[in-house]
Amino acid sequence: MVATTIADIERHLVEVSDPEIPVLSIMDMGVVRDISLDGKQVLVKITPTYSGCPAMDTIATEIKIKLDSLGYQTKVKLVLAPAWTTDWITPRGRATLEAYGIAAPLEESADKAALMGESRIVTCTNCGSTNTRLVSQFGSTACKALFQCNDCFEPFDYFKCLK
Amino acid sequence: MVKEKLYNYLLLLGDNSMILGHRLSELCGHGPSLETDIALTNISLDLFGQVRHYFQYAAELKSENATEDSIAMLRYPHEYRNTLLVEQPNTDFAYIITRQFLFDHFHLLLLQELMESNDKQLSAIAHKSIKEVRYHVRFSSEWMKRLGDGTERSHEKVQAALDYLWPYVGELLQETPTEAEMKALGVGADLPSLEAAYLSRIKATIEEATLTLPTAPWTQSGGKQGIHTEHFGFILSDLQYMQRTYPEMTW
Repeated sequence: MVATTIADIERHLVEVSDPEIPVLSIMDMGVVRDISLDGKQVLVKITPTYSGCPAMDTIATEIKIKLDSLGYQTKVKLVLAPAWTTDWITPRGRATLEAYGIAAPLEESADKAALMGESRIVTCTNCGSTNTRLVSQFGSTACKALFQCNDCFEPFDYFKCLK
Repeated sequence: MVKEKLYNYLLLLGDNSMILGHRLSELCGHGPSLETDIALTNISLDLFGQVRHYFQYAAELKSENATEDSIAMLRYPHEYRNTLLVEQPNTDFAYIITRQFLFDHFHLLLLQELMESNDKQLSAIAHKSIKEVRYHVRFSSEWMKRLGDGTERSHEKVQAALDYLWPYVGELLQETPTEAEMKALGVGADLPSLEAAYLSRIKATIEEATLTLPTAPWTQSGGKQGIHTEHFGFILSDLQYMQRTYPEMTW
């Protein structure tokens, strides 16, 4: 039985995740910008988080595999405008990131202060302390910076604010 | 006709990012510390991501059988339009940071202008890219200060790099006929008008870093016309090896 509404498509896409943050659905990450449906033909528009994000090709392929396997004829289009911002990560997405061990992005000015090492405000995802320090503005992927907790000494990722 | 000119303009924009991105990619696994290695290769990745947007757009304009890969990989040296600054080698960490610093500040100002372009796709690429470039500027400026105002040795090395690279800076702001036409159409940036802002920004950091702004004239140029330094052939032999050996291969 093939679903027929955009809400159904959205529900299927919740099951597609970013390969680099497997717990986070692409719907919660805010990269799906538009879905249009014409009979069995689906057009999904996605936008990259960072320009060079190597996950985008994988995400596009996985969307296609997922929906095609459900009987749709799927096309995925990459759109650049408006450009993605970390504000598009949903509240549920932020909670998922934190639970996974990645500190969710702060708002812009706080983020700048944190990344310049001017203020200690990023909360350790391991012990909850704000006594943390910036190790590197650039982390394991383009979207993250590396922090370390001065209390429990655990290193952790911080999802950088992008606006 | 306008299509052809826009195509050439996209090469002028994209080639700077690609060749600098390639230079930084050479450091993958060779950075002086894990954090700087990851940072520089992250910047490389951002630049290549931006290049893909420029070249995907250029491929649409070119039609025939052009793709982002053929534009990136299958041109000859004289067909590349990057400035000479970005092809300068990774002599040492001071050169790497100084080259990045001199380019990043220009790049940010350029993208600020391109955001206002009346070409929608170019404006979208600029809006996307500038968010990443703000991080690049922050990274390279911080390192300029750290090296310049660091030890006697680090100061000496970064001053030497700045003195060496300085003559190449002017080409970033020089206007070719293509750039002048794109500016007149409201598509491209007004490069000469960026000079004052560029100089005041880099001066501020250079002073804070206790370095001396070089006084040498901006004598080196040619890259935008396809006349490159002796380093360029080596870059292409590395960059193009796969596509030349196995034409049209994909991953």
